[in-house]
Formats: sequence, structure tokens, C-alpha cells
Amino acid sequence: MTDATASGAVPSGAGQGSLLAKDQRTAKRNAAEGRFKIYGLIAVCIGIAALVLLLTSILTSGLSAFRQTTIAMQVTLDAERLDPSGVRDYDEMAKVTTFGYAPLLRDGLQATIAAAGIETELDPGDAMELISDESVAQLRNRVLNNPDLIGQTIEVNVLASGRIDGFYKGRVSYASAELDSNISPEQLQLAEALEERGALKTGLDWRFLTAPDASDTRPEAAGLGVAIIGSAYMMLIVLVLALPIGVAASIYLEEFAPQNRWTDLIEVNISNLAAVPSIVFGILGLAIFINFAGLPQSAPIVGGLVLTLMTLPTIIIATRAALKAVPPSIRDAALGLGASKMQSVFHHVLPLAMPGILTGTIIGLAQALGETAPLLLIGMVAFVREYPDTPLDGGFFDPATALPVQVFNWTQRSDPAFVERASGAIIVLLAFLLLMNLTAIFLRRRFERRW
Amino acid sequence: MSLTKTAISGLALAAVSATAAAARDQVQIAGSSTVLPYASIVAEAFGENFDFPTPVVESGGSSAGLKRFCEGVGANTIDIANASRAIRDSEVQACADAGVTDIIEVRIGYDGIVFASQQNGPDFGAFTPAQWYQALAAEIPGEDGAMEGNPNTNWTDVDESLPDAEILAFIPGTKHGTREVFEEKVMLQGCEDTGAMERMTSAGMDEDAVEEACMSVRADGRSVDIDGDYTETLARIESDANGVGVFGLSFYENNTDTLKVATMGGVEPSTETIASGEYPVSRPLYFYIKAAHLAAIPGLKEYAEFFVSNDIAGPGGPLSDYGLVPDPELAETQDKVAQESVMN
Repeated sequence: MTDATASGAVPSGAGQGSLLAKDQRTAKRNAAEGRFKIYGLIAVCIGIAALVLLLTSILTSGLSAFRQTTIAMQVTLDAERLDPSGVRDYDEMAKVTTFGYAPLLRDGLQATIAAAGIETELDPGDAMELISDESVAQLRNRVLNNPDLIGQTIEVNVLASGRIDGFYKGRVSYASAELDSNISPEQLQLAEALEERGALKTGLDWRFLTAPDASDTRPEAAGLGVAIIGSAYMMLIVLVLALPIGVAASIYLEEFAPQNRWTDLIEVNISNLAAVPSIVFGILGLAIFINFAGLPQSAPIVGGLVLTLMTLPTIIIATRAALKAVPPSIRDAALGLGASKMQSVFHHVLPLAMPGILTGTIIGLAQALGETAPLLLIGMVAFVREYPDTPLDGGFFDPATALPVQVFNWTQRSDPAFVERASGAIIVLLAFLLLMNLTAIFLRRRFERRW
Repeated sequence: MSLTKTAISGLALAAVSATAAAARDQVQIAGSSTVLPYASIVAEAFGENFDFPTPVVESGGSSAGLKRFCEGVGANTIDIANASRAIRDSEVQACADAGVTDIIEVRIGYDGIVFASQQNGPDFGAFTPAQWYQALAAEIPGEDGAMEGNPNTNWTDVDESLPDAEILAFIPGTKHGTREVFEEKVMLQGCEDTGAMERMTSAGMDEDAVEEACMSVRADGRSVDIDGDYTETLARIESDANGVGVFGLSFYENNTDTLKVATMGGVEPSTETIASGEYPVSRPLYFYIKAAHLAAIPGLKEYAEFFVSNDIAGPGGPLSDYGLVPDPELAETQDKVAQESVMN
């Protein structure tokens, strides 16, 4: 080194004039730096633009899922038709199927139209297409639960059919109705006439969050109820299983395990597992939990176990990082004061590492919440309409779906109204993810300690 | 640590014992994505009208559904497999090997396959199987029967009467049951109609080779396999004005405002023309019941009977409203389900 300097090889740029005037090389370096900043800015802008595009497209097509068009009408519950036996016995009344209730609603709608003074050339069957098929089932349930209603004329508020609902959300127009085999311009006119008389309203409706899924013929009635419960059950299972197992494994590996070939092997495997595609865990779940252990298909318990396996590596890695971040002086001080190894870990290291562990767990949970692929193989990508029971009544073993699964399902349906439902479900999913991530950030900010 | 361990083993134990105790009380169904909408419509109505829980319906494709159906007998296997094609002998064999010996075959109706393009795209109007064969075949035999790569790039190359548009077809991928029908009723038929089949046979090809050559679809990008659902086909067509897609009738009927359908062999697709057999491209839809589960799973038989009842699968019922072509022999199917008569 000294030889080289002595031989006169001065660093370039030095001694070539004033420091204030840029020489060519400095200018070049500055230009390169400027270009790099611009590249970075462009990358950030592309990212933001993509995010904005995604959010606007989802919000514009999905926010309307939280609004719903309903029609208020008077229905006369004909005793002859609904309870021919006249004894108001549940089993006797249940023999009248939804097909038996449809004419009542049809007549009710006709009466409502007549009472409002609307003239229409539509026959009763076509006018009936204004209201959702779901309303028949709702009316039947209401009557079966309150047999006293039979014989009375009651006010019912029914969902409008998907196309009418779409008309008030800008999805259907007179021009598209001309071509559409499921709706005609005359039906739209009737809907507008009903709206003028105040019988038809579009407003906020939270049924989207509580109602179960509905079949392809009733997009207006499809909701996220079962999916939200299913997702919540699975997250509960993941939390209860993955957190203790993950933390125990990390503490052992980080604080107690000897450094040898076996622990190295385990470490490498944990890192590898974190990168395994999630569908592989689905195959594993099918083979072990369903085919071998005999757990039921489509159940949150299996979904939860599979997602636990998937989340464990993430939690272990985060927990170990959090434990590593606790300075050795804390352990040394505890040990020096006579604490046992276990006391030093549980009384000092673990509490200090808790914010990091919780953050890692929440991020792992958020990842699991958005997962569809493994659920595909264990039968959770399904049409499920029954709410699962509470966990105490074995609800973990009842069929359920999950939020991302519901999005996947709805995008496959043929009725265009399901696009709105799928986007609405994405909004709900994003809201949950945002909430979880905010909690993680809050925990980190509030409790994290730096040394 | 010991606390955690106890908790975990306790949970695992609880899990296992709970399963053993709780037998399944809802019907589980998997299979064809074509049958899925019909099955979910019936499941929904079944849950509303009966005191049984609503059946759980999964999709995944006919083959995947039948494979799961043939996994064995027991509460953790499915009860019903939906299929957009008849069960194959190999599948019956696989079922028998796993102990599923008694299978009830239920034909629920027919499904039409339609050819549709964008509302603002070129006006295709009328297709024939021969035109589709000439547009999509991988190789077409020359006059002497020697196979040559398909030279057609524009629909006018195929037939002067067709509009001037690049050939771009979106057809179902090989995992779909619809693909099989498309190959047999359109490609093979077209191969025969154009005389290509005869030329191949006279050039000395054996029957299997001829059939395979007739049904093989070009792979130069003018024909695109869609492995997803019809919604994907629709999205592709919406982004390409020249595209023509293959759809199920019910899907088309739900999207008549964005799609314009072409006739096939001069017949307009509708539930009537398909029921009468005039429209050439249709196929029966089925579901298969595990007879061994009839006694064990509550509601299974009731569901099957409800599915094929006149109120549901008959003309004017919710299924035909949605696009299913009612089976003229529905009464026989009803008897079959009522008597639980299995396939032999």
C-alpha cells in the first residue's frame, strides 16, 4: 500500500482543480445516482398505481354489495293453501313446500301493484321475476315459526331479484335489458313505477355479511355469513395450536438446544418448510387428517390443522428472531443473580420478546386467512348454506367455507351479479387483513423495546 | 412446557373422540362444475323444504369427483358424484376395488353446448361442424390423404359465407367433460362431413388413428384451451372481438346481454331444440349415488328423489329455468331412484 502511494498513484479526481467545480467523473457519478433515484421512483409509482387501480376496481364493483334493493308488499296468507288440515301442526304445515308459497307472493305482488295504481302489461309470472326466489323461503320460514299469521294479510319486505338490484347499481340498463333473456325493459319500467310509489327501495343492508351463500339463481341473497364463521374458526384453531407449539419449539431451539448437526438439520428444514407451496400442505392434510385420521371433510378443524402446519414455520422463524433480538446481557444478568436457565427465559427473555412474537403470529395468521389452495383439497371449496354450530357443540366439525374460498367460488358463477358479490367479499377480506396488520404494527410500536 | 403439551394432546384427543361420536348428518356431493349450479339450486331448495341440513356441494370436475367417489365407503367419503359424462368402466372397476360396489346412476337432464361471440364482434350467425373442423383441426388431409398442417387463418378461408375475422376459438380444456362432447359432436362430425375422414381411411390409416387425427386440435394459438370456468372464456372473448367461445347453454342464458350465439347446423340452441334432439351438440348430465350410504346418511335418498321430482327437474321447474334441458324419460329415473336400482 505505502509503496503504491509513494509511486505517485494519486486517487483519481484529486488534485485536478477546485473542489467546487465538478470534474467529469463526479458528474458521471452524480448522474448515475440521479438515474438510480428516478428508477426507484418509477418502481414506487408503478407499485402505487397498481395498488390504486386494484383498490378502485374492487371498491367500484364491490361496495354496492353492501346495498340492497328491497320491495315492500302485502301478502295474504291463505289458510286453505298453507294449512289445509287447519290444526296448525308444524309437521302438517311443513308439507306445503316453497312451491306452494310462490303463488301467494305472486298474488301479493299483483295486489300491491294494483293498490299503487300502476298499470302494467306484464303477466303475473313475469312480474314475479322482480322479486328474489329467496323471498319464498323467507316467507315459509316466517309462517312456520308463527303459525298465528295464517289467515292474515301481512307486510313483507322482500329482496328484489339480481337484475332489478343491478338496475339500481348501474349494472343493468334499458339497453342491456333489450338483449338480456332474464329481464325485459317492461320489468324495469314496473320497478321504476314501484320505486316512485315508495314500494321499492335501495339502501344499506348488512345481510351481505350475515347471510349464507345462495345458489346461482339468487345472487342477491348470497352472503358471507358461513365464510366469516369458517374463517374465524380456522384462525382460532391456528392461534391455539400454532402459537404454543411455535413458541415452545423456538424457545427450545434458541435457548436450550445444543448446537450440533441435528439442530442444524432442523433449522434448515424449518426454513425450507416456510417456502413450501401451500397446496402441498393441502395434500398432506387430505392424506393425514381425512384419509388416515378420519376427520370429516369440509370441516374447519381440518382446515385449521392444515393452516397450522402452514403457519408454524413463519411463527417459529419470527419467534426465533424476536428471541435473538433480546440482548445476551439480560440473560447473563438473570443467570448472574442466581436464576435458573428456565427462569431467565420465562421471566426475562420471553416477556421482552413478546411484541416480536405476537407480530410474527399475527402476520402468519393474516397469511393463513388469505389462503385458498390447501382448502381446495380438503373439501372446503364448496357450496355450504348451513351455519356451523358453536365450537362447544362441535362446530369445528361442521362443514364451512372460508372468505378467500367464497371469492373463488363466486368468480366462477355465471350470473354477472356475482362479480359484485366477489368484489364485496374481497373488500371484507382486505378489511380483516388490514385490521390484523394494524394490530401487529400497534403491538410493535407500543411494546417493542430497543437496546 | 408440560402445560402446553397436555393442552395439545388434550385437544388432539378431543378432536379424535368427537369425530368418532358425531356421524355426518348432511349429504356431501362433489364433481362436475357443469352440474354444480344445478346441484346447488337443488341443495338450497332441499334445505328450505326439508328438515335435513342443506347438502354440501363441491365442484372440481367430473373425473376428480368420481375419483373421490370411488375412494371407498364411510362417513368421510362423499355420497354423490356429479358428472357431465357417464361413468367409465375403469372408474366402475376402481370403485369396486375400493368396496363401492353398488352405484345408482341418475340422469338429470341434458345440457347444450353453444358457440357464442362478443355482442359487438363479427356476425358469425351460423356454424356447421364441418366449418369448425376446418378451422380448428391440427392437420387436414389433402386430396391424396397425406396430412398437412391446417392452412386456414381466417374464417373466410374456411367458408366464404363466414365473416372476415381471424380464427380465434376458446374451447374447454381437456380436464372438462365438455371437451369430450366438443371433440365428438363437433370435430369428429365435421371430419366426417368434410370427407376428411374418408380420405384418411382410404390413405390406409386405421380407425383409431383416424379418430385421433379428427379430434386433435391445432396448437398454434388459434385455438385456446380454457382450463378455468366459462367466466374465464367470457373474459377472453370480451377482450378480443374476433374470439368465439364454447359455453354451456345455462351460462349463455345468464349472459345474453354480452354474448351473441350462433346456430349450429342451422339450429338455434334452446332447451326446446335440445330436448327434441334437433340441436346437435348436447350431452346428458348425471349424478351417481353410493347405495351403501343410503341407510347411513340421513336425507340422501330424499335429496335424490327431490332432485328428480317433476317440481325440480321437470319442465318449468327451477332447473329448466336455469338452462337444464329436462329429460323426457324423467319418470323412469324417478322409479329408479325410488327403487334404489343399482348399475350392474
